[in-house]
Amino acid sequence: MKLFDYVLSGNCYKIRLLLDFLELSHEKQAVDFFPGREHKSDAFLQINPLGQIPVLEDDGAYIRDAQAILVHLASRYDPTGTWWPVNDPSQLGRVAQWLAFADSITSTASAARLHDVLGYDLDVAQARAGAHKLFRVLDDHLANQELQGFNWIAGSRPTVADIACFPYVALAGDGGIELFYYPAIQRWIRRFVNLPRFKLMPGINIFD
Amino acid sequence: MTPDTFTRSQWYAIGRLPDFEGAEAKPVRLLSQDLTVSDAAGVLSVNDADGRSLLTQIRYGHLWTTLSDTPRPLYDVPEFDEPDRRLVTAGGVGVRCSGLRCVENFLDMAHFPFVHTDILGVEEHPSVESYDVSMDAEKDEIWATKCKFFQPMASAAASGGQMTEYKYRVPHPYSTILYKTCPIREDVWDLVGLFIQPVEEDECIVHSFILVFDEENTDTGLLHFQQNIFLQDRMILENQVPRKLPLDPRWELPTRADASSIAYRRWLKANELQWGVALFNEAA
Repeated sequence: MKLFDYVLSGNCYKIRLLLDFLELSHEKQAVDFFPGREHKSDAFLQINPLGQIPVLEDDGAYIRDAQAILVHLASRYDPTGTWWPVNDPSQLGRVAQWLAFADSITSTASAARLHDVLGYDLDVAQARAGAHKLFRVLDDHLANQELQGFNWIAGSRPTVADIACFPYVALAGDGGIELFYYPAIQRWIRRFVNLPRFKLMPGINIFD
Repeated sequence: MTPDTFTRSQWYAIGRLPDFEGAEAKPVRLLSQDLTVSDAAGVLSVNDADGRSLLTQIRYGHLWTTLSDTPRPLYDVPEFDEPDRRLVTAGGVGVRCSGLRCVENFLDMAHFPFVHTDILGVEEHPSVESYDVSMDAEKDEIWATKCKFFQPMASAAASGGQMTEYKYRVPHPYSTILYKTCPIREDVWDLVGLFIQPVEEDECIVHSFILVFDEENTDTGLLHFQQNIFLQDRMILENQVPRKLPLDPRWELPTRADASSIAYRRWLKANELQWGVALFNEAA
């Protein structure tokens, strides 16, 4: 199993997290996303015609899209069946819903980070405003979950929905987005970083 | 504030050469001024907002320019001409603080165990042993030598912990170079450095490079190592208050480990540098 990886990518970080949580042996191939734009090179477009990372090579097949790779890894390699709770139909839809939400976080909070850190030319005010709108929704949801005794996005256990949402929320400060206003998100980040085998990525502020 | 003479008279790196391939008036900001870079059949030119053509030179893997017509010469780094060395340029990373603060943080070994935990330092060995700081009067630059620090993973080529010896050089208010024990060759130094592009008084773009002997890692592997380290620094830098460099002694109390930082601040003051410096009464 091989992960095409970029060290500063939150989307690659999602995969690194789950590989570690599930203790799956794998190799990493470093991609020069910045400054080399290797993900847009002809060679890489053969691997992923969308020119995006991460990509996971497993059993000779290439799987692209961070959320899809999470589902792949969890459904194939998680003996507990909890990260992608396929045996719990009532929970599965909710998990899928928050996977889609994670994609919206990428197009807003991650965009602001690309602008501020790597100098991408985009409308950063719009990206930040979009992120704040989503973070308000997530903060309300997490606060409601806590009231019902649930620590995680989709219930009482962490799922791939938590992994998918975590990186670009926790890295929001890199893009000039303050998490100060979101106390439930801060508590969720603290719980997340205390998961067994969790590894920190630079840019993540732990509120303690 | 308009840049002081010392700041204005310097050369500044504004990007790597591939960043400007085919550029047509690509916007670049330097010292609160809008500039453009154009590529005419491989020849790069830089213009200011009034269309004035600025001096340029290509060195150390980067394009350099200056607002001055009579700049101070750019410092020499002879190691760039040595054969067998690998140069990896890590690209420009934006940081919301004065570039002067980035130089000062780079000089500070005390942060290794806490910011670069288990890479450049371990929390069990937090102490900074005393080292020598001197001025090279002829070249007008600062050297900190005989710095030693225990590092679990001093570079991408390191296979285990080692007592790393360091030398720091500050040849320019916005440049600093670290010379560190090469883990795979005797009697040579690996170089890691920052060429900082001051964008505003409290905002900069850091162009970092590594120039090392390494037979094991790919260029991209070296790049990831360097970028990971720098992003750890970036978060610390962005949390510093004020964002400009406080030069007033009433502000922050230096300790012995800050000997190189004290020398840097003295040198900036002696050269009457003001742009990018926080004023004590401004913050009150």
